[in-house]
Amino acid sequence: MTTLTLEHEHEHEREQAPVRVERAAPAPIPMSRIVAVEARKSFDTRSGFWLLASIAITAVIATAAVILWAPDDELTYASFGAAVGFPMAVILPMIAILSVTSEWSQRSGLTSFTLVPHRGRVVTAKAVVAVGIAVASMVLAFAIGAVGNLVGTTIAGTDVVWDMGLDDFLYIVGANVLGLLMGFMLGVLIRNSAGAIVAYFVYSLVLPSLSEVLAASQSWWGDLRPWVDFNYTQSFLFEGGFTGEQWANLAVSGGLWLVVPLTIGLWAVLRSEVK
Amino acid sequence: MITVESLTKTYGGFTAVDGVTFTARAGRVTGFLGPNGAGKSTTMRIMVGLTPATSGTAHIDGRRFAELPNPGLEVGVLLDASAQHAGRTGREILTIAQRTMGLPARRVDELLDLVSLTPEEAGRRVRNYSLGMRQRLGIATALLGDPEVLILDEPANGLDPAGIRWMRDLLRGYADQGGTVLLSSHLLHEIEVIADDLVVIGQGRIVAQGTKAELLAAAGTLVRTPDVSTLARALMDADVEFGHAADALRVEADPDLVGRIALAAGVALTELRAADGAGLEEMFLELTSDTQRDTQRDATSEGAAA
Ligand SMILES: Nc1ncnc2c1ncn2[C@@H]1O[C@H](COP(=O)(O)OP(=O)(O)OP(=O)(O)O)[C@@H](O)[C@H]1O
Ligand SMILES: [Mg+2]
Repeated sequence: MTTLTLEHEHEHEREQAPVRVERAAPAPIPMSRIVAVEARKSFDTRSGFWLLASIAITAVIATAAVILWAPDDELTYASFGAAVGFPMAVILPMIAILSVTSEWSQRSGLTSFTLVPHRGRVVTAKAVVAVGIAVASMVLAFAIGAVGNLVGTTIAGTDVVWDMGLDDFLYIVGANVLGLLMGFMLGVLIRNSAGAIVAYFVYSLVLPSLSEVLAASQSWWGDLRPWVDFNYTQSFLFEGGFTGEQWANLAVSGGLWLVVPLTIGLWAVLRSEVK
Repeated sequence: MITVESLTKTYGGFTAVDGVTFTARAGRVTGFLGPNGAGKSTTMRIMVGLTPATSGTAHIDGRRFAELPNPGLEVGVLLDASAQHAGRTGREILTIAQRTMGLPARRVDELLDLVSLTPEEAGRRVRNYSLGMRQRLGIATALLGDPEVLILDEPANGLDPAGIRWMRDLLRGYADQGGTVLLSSHLLHEIEVIADDLVVIGQGRIVAQGTKAELLAAAGTLVRTPDVSTLARALMDADVEFGHAADALRVEADPDLVGRIALAAGVALTELRAADGAGLEEMFLELTSDTQRDTQRDATSEGAAA
């Protein structure tokens, strides 16, 4: 059978003469391109677009609220800065979370991780974009706050007070970037939009009050707290001035809450199945 | 060329892919056939690095997928057309792929045109796409980088008859130009029409592979003659297996071969045709219904050796 089948088969088999010319090996995809694509992906959906737009929108609303309701003697740049900074602390982590989790929740990762088969590069690009968005948003929000300060004092007829220095601003930017990275870490670790968002609110809203209650009743926790409560240590960033020990607190608690889980999450991302 | 060697994937105690070895050659369309849950998608996901293999390897032109510097330009992949961000427009999804690969922007329009998505449809969000439109978009993404290797998981899924016809011609053209095309399906009829080579998988194992001609031949021929005994002797001499069915013989060879044997033996035939329901369909159902049967394993190794 075998030999005769072979003859038969040759009549049916197509002539194997690939006419495609040998092509030069393509150049590797540069990191800058992956970052540019990830930046585009952060606002090319309706939810992404409105999340970014909400940064400017909430900054304008917060500024208007200060002008309308703050007493005249509080119409200073610090008040405007605090007001525009507050919504950032909520929106920026959401942006970071969704940029990571949508690859899994929306399953677009099937394409993303096939076109760039090194997940570490994609995740790094997302982190670069998220931090870039955080910094740009803070600059924009504080610019809106500055305009509000000028307009507000003009309306009220009071003196313009610029009671916030560059270092105050940098501390606040730093705190917001850390908050955003916490969201990013939860996105990488949980890889599910709803799960990561809930986890972020538990971390940023529930845990601080539990810690507060514990510190009030247990003195050992009060001593330990600056070293292990990342929320608590970060809060000092918003109040300017940071001592050497506070930097150490930040490094230790940040290592615990950010670096360790992020490492575990990245390890899982590299090994997990994308489907 | 795609080379898969001893690929195994286990989930806990369950073996989804079990020692799969096959080659999809350049210049040919290779059909990857198997019933639901056979392990086709899992095998394909492993090929492109989305799922880690438990053991074994998959190579594209001798390289692991992760070693390709810009995979989109070398391998077109369509695994699941609905795995896209529902909030992006079709055009945006193609644009993201085009930018990632570093291609000129006009490729997006060329591909939209190729897969017959109108500009108006391309501007709609994928959430509102029909199944066939998603499939067309997925095919467009796979073809965007003009790759030499295509890995397509059930590409005909959801396409209308004209779309299926179009895709068939397209894949044929790709292979004829020297490209490697691997496409999966659980629909035999689909693959029978287009594939040159077949790899049949059932319960994670390869149960048959070879050229379509070989596998069709293995499906058998029904031959009727007044002189059954002479023909039976001639078939035995030719080393061809057969079974008796009333006044006819069911021969495990293709009609062409049986006709020639009969001619050489001087036996007049009253009927000669592919055995009842023979097509690949029957072979497929038979082969996949029970992968444990030794006779099928023999058929497999024979087919592979031929
Ligand atoms: N993560 C997982 N955990 C457990 N079992 C899994 C997992 N992923 C896949 N499987 C199982 O592996 C088997 C192969 O699945 P696969 O999707 O590869 O089948 P298929 O051949 O593509 O089927 P279909 O024709 O229906 O698409 C199935 O039994 C499936 O349930
Ligand atoms: Mg499948």
